[in-house]
Amino acid sequence: MTNITSSPEFTPRQKRGIARIDAFKQRPVLAVSLAIIFIAVLLALFAPVLTTDPAHINPIKRLKPPSSEDWFGTDQIGRSVFARVIWGARVSLLVGLMVALVTTIVGVAIGICAGYFSRLDSVIMRIMDAVMAIPAVLLAIALVAMIGASPLVLVIAISLPEIPRMARMVRANVLVMRAQTFVEAAVTCGASVPWILRHHILPAAAGPILVQATYVLASAMILEAILSFLGAGTPPDVPSWGNMMSEGRQFLQLAPWILMFPAICLGLVILAVNTLGDALRDLLDPNLSPAAGKVGDLQ
Amino acid sequence: MIGYVFSRLLSAIPVLAGVAIFVFLLLELTPGDPALIIAGDLASPEQVEAVRQALNLDRPAYQRLVGWVGDMLVGDFGNSLFSGLPVSQLIAQRIEPTLLLSLMAISIAVLVGVPLGLASAWWPRGYLARFTMAGAVIGFSVPVFVVAFGLVYVFAIRLGWFPVQGYPGLSGGISGALVALTLPALSLSTLYIALIARVTHASTLEVLGEDYVRTAHAKGLAVWKIALRHVLRNAGVPIITIIGIGFAALLGGVVVTETVFNIPGLGRLAADSILRRDYPVVQTLILLFSIVYVLVNLAVDLAYAALDPRIKY
Repeated sequence: MTNITSSPEFTPRQKRGIARIDAFKQRPVLAVSLAIIFIAVLLALFAPVLTTDPAHINPIKRLKPPSSEDWFGTDQIGRSVFARVIWGARVSLLVGLMVALVTTIVGVAIGICAGYFSRLDSVIMRIMDAVMAIPAVLLAIALVAMIGASPLVLVIAISLPEIPRMARMVRANVLVMRAQTFVEAAVTCGASVPWILRHHILPAAAGPILVQATYVLASAMILEAILSFLGAGTPPDVPSWGNMMSEGRQFLQLAPWILMFPAICLGLVILAVNTLGDALRDLLDPNLSPAAGKVGDLQ
Repeated sequence: MIGYVFSRLLSAIPVLAGVAIFVFLLLELTPGDPALIIAGDLASPEQVEAVRQALNLDRPAYQRLVGWVGDMLVGDFGNSLFSGLPVSQLIAQRIEPTLLLSLMAISIAVLVGVPLGLASAWWPRGYLARFTMAGAVIGFSVPVFVVAFGLVYVFAIRLGWFPVQGYPGLSGGISGALVALTLPALSLSTLYIALIARVTHASTLEVLGEDYVRTAHAKGLAVWKIALRHVLRNAGVPIITIIGIGFAALLGGVVVTETVFNIPGLGRLAADSILRRDYPVVQTLILLFSIVYVLVNLAVDLAYAALDPRIKY
């Protein structure tokens, strides 16, 4: 009797691992994007260990170009640009993640209300239209300026213009699902609204919500940088990429590295997050049109 | 058609009313005494009182809302708290560079985005297609001021082809104004080019597979005629739609671009007024931007009928 298990067999777990590696081999761009995000998160998490104090002033070393000692050079009062860029990643990523979380929770709730309860629909959607008609940058800086700058206000101010798109997308999904026969059947059987939402509607919308949340993350990071750049974001004593660029612009001619490094980091991380969003979208729903969801990416 | 325009304008009223109420609520959200916050930390009690009088803060909120809307309907937008000038005059002074800048940015975006999208759909495996699709993702991801500083560094500081910042005004000659606005318009159009190229690519790909395109080829029609008359015209509706939707991003971008390039336009006025809490100016500008956005999207809907005779209003 031949031993049928003699050939190398993989456990299901190993097989999944191999499938994953193959998936990355086919998508080198996605692998690079994930690596960039992973590195950015690690650097942000371990900023206190990895770098010196970003607020440390060294007047002897002002406006020094990048060298082996100061990798990204120094700024106008001799602070290390490298340390500030790494610490800036914390602000950028933290604000981005908080906004993505808030937008997802509020947007999904609003979208479900509008899609499921047709009486609320037109009122809610008109309010969403009104919010969308205000340029995101103006809306956010106005909120921060009027209420006062604090981390919480910043997150709310950036989330508010992002919510309508999430709500619209969820609403559209809910409307489609509600019309499905199996949902009608569940209603006929007397299933409660929360049960139907949890078992039929939310699982179907989960993919698009995740994709949209990824785009929100990218666009929130852009908006945070713009707000800080305009002077209505993170306070000046906190190193954020927007603050650094706002300070660095005066020295663009003398010391371009002050502005260049935060700009490159911001661009790279956002590019990686957007690419991740595109990959997720292709993976979860190949039928979605290429520009869907990104359309209003505010700047 | 006229009936449709009329009904669309009517349906814009609730949206704009929503914006107005929202802008109005902004002042109500201010913690503590709004007059104190607007006047600033260094204001004397008289100055605070003057702000309170100017904004009618001693009256109940609903009276102020009604009064404000009523004033606007007769063309009175109030006076700036900062300079004391009427808001309408401030806007009239600042509107020229913003209009010119937006027009330039849209023109660049359409003239670059549509051909790029069309060509990349026509030769989907070529280098141009790969370049365009990669460029579109990058265009989405790079914030407008990063593009702006990149352009300034290369073309203004290193090469010296364009001024670093400022705007001389149309009165000093049209060429000077156009040269000063070239870099701002380019940075403003980056995101727009990416949007348009991507949508043009997608909708052209769909149309290229249609029978009438094959027929046009078979009857020996010149390629450019096929591209313009058969492909672009049928792929046009999504492209026009994206131009309208992208307009919101453009208006936001104007605020940032004008600040970076130090252009005395409406966007700069909005950012400055918000930061110095010049409330009457902020209210009017946000409402103005929203009206423009709503009107542009109405124009987009009307353009559908011009492009596609199957759509009738």
